[in-house]
Amino acid sequence: MSAPASSFPHRPATQETPARRAARIFFKSNLAVFGFALLCFIVAVTLLAPFIAPQNPYDLLQLDIMNSRLEPGSVSLDGKTFWLGTDDQGRDILSGIMYGLRISLGVGVSSALFAAAVGGSLGLIAAYVGGRTETVIMRAVDLQLSFPAILVAMMILAFLGKGVMNVVLALIIVEWAAYARTARGAALVERRKEYIEAAEALALPRWRLLFVHLLPNCLPPLIVIATVQIARAIALEATLSFLGLGVPVTEPSLGLLVANGYQYMLSGKFWISLYPGIALLIAIVAINLVGDRLRDVLNPRSSR
Amino acid sequence: MSEWLFRRLIQAMFVMLAMTMIVFVAVNVIGNPVDILVPPDADQVERQRIIVALGLDQPLWAQYVQFLKGALHGDVGVSYVYNEPALRVILQRLPATMELAVCAVIMAVIFGIPLGLYAGLKPDGFASRLIMTGSILGFSLPTFWVGLVLIMVFAVQLGWLPSGGRGETAPLFGVQLSFLTRDGLAHLLLPAINLSLFKISLVLRLTRAGVMEVLPLDYIKFARAKGLSEARVIGVHVLKNIMIPVVTVIGLEFGSVIAFSVVTETIFSWPGMGKLIIDSINVLDRPIIVAYLMLIVVLFVTINLIVDIVYTLLDPRVRVGGQEA
Repeated sequence: MSAPASSFPHRPATQETPARRAARIFFKSNLAVFGFALLCFIVAVTLLAPFIAPQNPYDLLQLDIMNSRLEPGSVSLDGKTFWLGTDDQGRDILSGIMYGLRISLGVGVSSALFAAAVGGSLGLIAAYVGGRTETVIMRAVDLQLSFPAILVAMMILAFLGKGVMNVVLALIIVEWAAYARTARGAALVERRKEYIEAAEALALPRWRLLFVHLLPNCLPPLIVIATVQIARAIALEATLSFLGLGVPVTEPSLGLLVANGYQYMLSGKFWISLYPGIALLIAIVAINLVGDRLRDVLNPRSSR
Repeated sequence: MSEWLFRRLIQAMFVMLAMTMIVFVAVNVIGNPVDILVPPDADQVERQRIIVALGLDQPLWAQYVQFLKGALHGDVGVSYVYNEPALRVILQRLPATMELAVCAVIMAVIFGIPLGLYAGLKPDGFASRLIMTGSILGFSLPTFWVGLVLIMVFAVQLGWLPSGGRGETAPLFGVQLSFLTRDGLAHLLLPAINLSLFKISLVLRLTRAGVMEVLPLDYIKFARAKGLSEARVIGVHVLKNIMIPVVTVIGLEFGSVIAFSVVTETIFSWPGMGKLIIDSINVLDRPIIVAYLMLIVVLFVTINLIVDIVYTLLDPRVRVGGQEA
């Protein structure tokens, strides 16, 4: 630490921003690159689903009941191939997965972002204001975290009923606490530093201090938590939908697709449930791989 | 210690009180309490009679006091479906859920600790890598999907094990249990594996981390220098010192095992509390939902309290004041 000449090599002429540096370290791991590529592929499929899917599963004109419960690789009467088979209403499983991913990812990402906004702000406020405000917020966090997310979400949905928005709301309610705890932890360290003191000395308004000065410096751990929470949210949504508490049948996510095939599985028609489940698994693993690497890159404690 | 315990008990009581308030608000403010508490097939006269009988014409605070009184006596209403007190219906299902949860925790211990021990002792071996990759899968795989795959492979394709139900039960101390009969054991195996998979991964990783932390320490070197057998060094000196976090986490996770049993029970048609609550939500049997909620709150507050107490007993470094380190 105290050897200035050796530990601070000459900076290159073009200075590297922290974000670029993180990106450079991130792509050093093959596994992370693989996860990132997988994630990009999934996002692309999600965004382009209406253009690349062989069939629109919600357009009744494209469905034929004669095609129901066909095995993977079967060919329909009009010559189309169902690579992953069809479900009980003659819908192509592959197309169903592409459209289902849209809902699964949409719910996961939007709930994680909203929860990050709510939880992150509360965490910052708790750390900065302190006193009774902090006690109240952190007690609420403790209370929230002492109950398993799935139970809380289940109970909220039991009272609210099915619906995409209700699922998002339930996920926000169970997820905010993790962000609040992380944001507070990071902010407690940051608020003692000189730049906060300087900003205070300038008599800046409090919201500016919190969100312009404090927040950007607390972002790295929040980003790590956010990736993990998106994966968790997707898995949780799938579980809730599988149990019949989540999204309605008109907007099937991957979890609901798995649930639809459940009854046919006992008669050996495994593909209706199996493939949407594998798609779900791939999405979760890809996000977790990226999240794991981000944790290594952004965590100041890990060696670089 | 006793002062700390007293404070902690008061805290637990406040949490329960807060939860009753939340439940009360959920039932009475979000939804229309009349729709929730009056059976849907009642006519106008019957409806009016029930409204008065249930005290729904009274101010909200009076209703809350009434609700609290009922909850304290274990009376939260009569199930529409079973036509019995809701709490009794749930308590009848409690042994099945507990049996499943306890089995899952036992499996987590008997598989997780040895595997974690092995992975910690030989971190670079091929088998260790296999174990660690497996544990990542154990974390990532959604419980419900694993359950489906287990049924697909072992019940449908291979036909070795039954796909659902509880099988034959035998009484033990007046409680019907599955694991006492061969048939029941066969029914228990798949759900227990399903439920324990996540916990095995968790215990395995904790054990491995503990072993790797403890192994380079001086007292282990000293034990080896004394000429103790490897079995004694590992079995007594290492294992004893990594047990504190493992025991705590197993205790804390017991609650989440019960939570996830909802998923497992639904897949395997296991007649426990979890399946009951999903069925009740689907037919809007609100008294059962409220009773389940209250039971879960009591259960979790109790588990957290016990874990806190055990933790202070096991690890004297946890200061009695409860200050963060």
